[in-house]
Amino acid sequence: MSAILAGEPAPVPIVRSPGYWVTVLRRFSRDPFAVIAALVVLGLIAMAVFAPWLAPQDPLQGMSLRRLRPPGSEGYPLGTDELGRDMLSRLIYGARISLFMGIVPVFAALVVGATIGIVAGYVGGWTNTVLMRTMDVFFAFPSVLLAVALAGALGPGILNSMLALTLVFVPPIARVAESVTTGVRTRDYVEAAKASGAGAFIIIRKQVLGNVLGPIFVYAMSLIAVCMILASGLSFLGLGVKPPMPDWGLMLNTLRTAIYTQPLLCALPGLMIFITSISFNLMTDGLRSAMDIKA
Amino acid sequence: MTALLEVRGLVKQFPIKTGLFGRPKSFVSAVDGLDFDLHEGETLGLVGESGCGKSTTARLLMHLVDPTAGTIRFEGRTVGSSELPLKDFRRQVQMVFQDSYASLNPRLTVAESVAFGPLVHGVSGDEATSRANSLLARVGLDPARFAGRFTHELSGGQRQRVNIARALALQPRVLILDEAVSALDKSVEAQVLNLLLDLKEEFRLTYLFISHDLEVVRFMATRVLVMYLGRVAELGLTESLYTGSRHPYTTALLGSLLSMDPDHRAESAPISGDPPNPIDPPAGCRFHTRCTYAEAVCSARIPVLTPLGEGHSVSCHMSEPGSGHARAPGRAA
Repeated sequence: MSAILAGEPAPVPIVRSPGYWVTVLRRFSRDPFAVIAALVVLGLIAMAVFAPWLAPQDPLQGMSLRRLRPPGSEGYPLGTDELGRDMLSRLIYGARISLFMGIVPVFAALVVGATIGIVAGYVGGWTNTVLMRTMDVFFAFPSVLLAVALAGALGPGILNSMLALTLVFVPPIARVAESVTTGVRTRDYVEAAKASGAGAFIIIRKQVLGNVLGPIFVYAMSLIAVCMILASGLSFLGLGVKPPMPDWGLMLNTLRTAIYTQPLLCALPGLMIFITSISFNLMTDGLRSAMDIKA
Repeated sequence: MTALLEVRGLVKQFPIKTGLFGRPKSFVSAVDGLDFDLHEGETLGLVGESGCGKSTTARLLMHLVDPTAGTIRFEGRTVGSSELPLKDFRRQVQMVFQDSYASLNPRLTVAESVAFGPLVHGVSGDEATSRANSLLARVGLDPARFAGRFTHELSGGQRQRVNIARALALQPRVLILDEAVSALDKSVEAQVLNLLLDLKEEFRLTYLFISHDLEVVRFMATRVLVMYLGRVAELGLTESLYTGSRHPYTTALLGSLLSMDPDHRAESAPISGDPPNPIDPPAGCRFHTRCTYAEAVCSARIPVLTPLGEGHSVSCHMSEPGSGHARAPGRAA
């Protein structure tokens, strides 16, 4: 063996095939709906980041003289709310909290849930039973009820409601992670890796993760829309964001008193939630079908 | 010849029904008391019908499943004990799987798959990559063209070459080939078999060649072990076993080969029926339910593996002196 290894071939430029993610990106870019949705999501994120430069007015500064102006009023393209604050500015600033509350709990839940699910799926046996049955206990409650109960128990506030949302999303992500990992664990290439003497940690890192993170990630992305809606719901109930912070869910709540006088105005924050969640959904749908490569 | 690998009393039972608290209620005996030696430098062919325990034997030898009973010794040291930790054993013994596609990670390039084993055993990244490249070249895949490719871009034969390169990457002394060529086209199969013969000579390897294809085994093996329902039916040098089989099961298997001579075609089906259910194997000789020579003793007692000389041994009452079978040789012999 050493004889052949001693005679090293001269270094040659190696033809590297496009990697998996390059192929996925190429397929994704051919799906017009998904691309539009992704651009909308990027636009919303940009809006949240550059809110101070984009908003024409101070979102917190109200004036009781100009309350509930309809959209299209002079100086207020989208009207004013029940305290006379500029709706456009509030919607732009609202993207900050709303997106933050939609994305951060899901990512926190992704880290925790994927870890639990992958460990349960890879180790199997009793570990799996204990971990997954514990998850099932949380899974038994409807997610809205669980979020409300947890947020209520922890007390109102952004941090607590995010914690509640994280706990709500850990079980479904863990379940998806467990099922994909169980499917991968018995594959021959994992057996071959075991046969080469590798330990569980290295096998998970090098052989399992690459094959399970994709589907888990896509699933988590699809939860962002759900999480945003739940977060809005918590704000609406007064368990999340506190006034006067601009948040789409909270705005929906406070403007509902004006639903008969200015129905269009009330619908605006709902429209933003709708656009955001449908964009995230279409984007993840596109990503899912782009990743479904049958070789 | 010394025994490189000694297998004694190997048993594997898989639980199939579990009771209320996960306690197994019944078992399938996939491997049921297997004894054999693998000699340095030989190719031991392992043949038998589907479900006779060939693949389970391979997985037991690699310790991918834990045996229910029995010992495996490598160079006289018990595998998995403090004498020979599993990780050290696995550097010496490697395996090539049947399904060339499933046994390669679809997210890794060919070179990454081959270099994985050496990396696990503490070889540096550059060294592992250059070892992978030279092994790929050795199995007939130009590293410049193939090292950066993914599994799904290769043909079945190319994938199996990658699997062979991966198995060789740890510089093992024993290679377990579990139906390694069974899924390939005949022409590709021949190329891979020739490659395996070349590699064996070059790296002084010992093969355990598992196959259901008797012709391929005859071409490859120096000795052949015939398995039936998890036990050794017959074991002997390839030619003496193929020309003078003593177990009715071996004879029937060989009779199922297509004759190259149209004047010598098989007149009747040499063996009929399916193997009995291994959940509830027949008492006595496992083969008596399908054997034309079965007598009372065959269903009463399990035959012992009887040496016949020149390394040939058979577990059949007809060859066991004083077994009570009408055709058995006398005890005085």
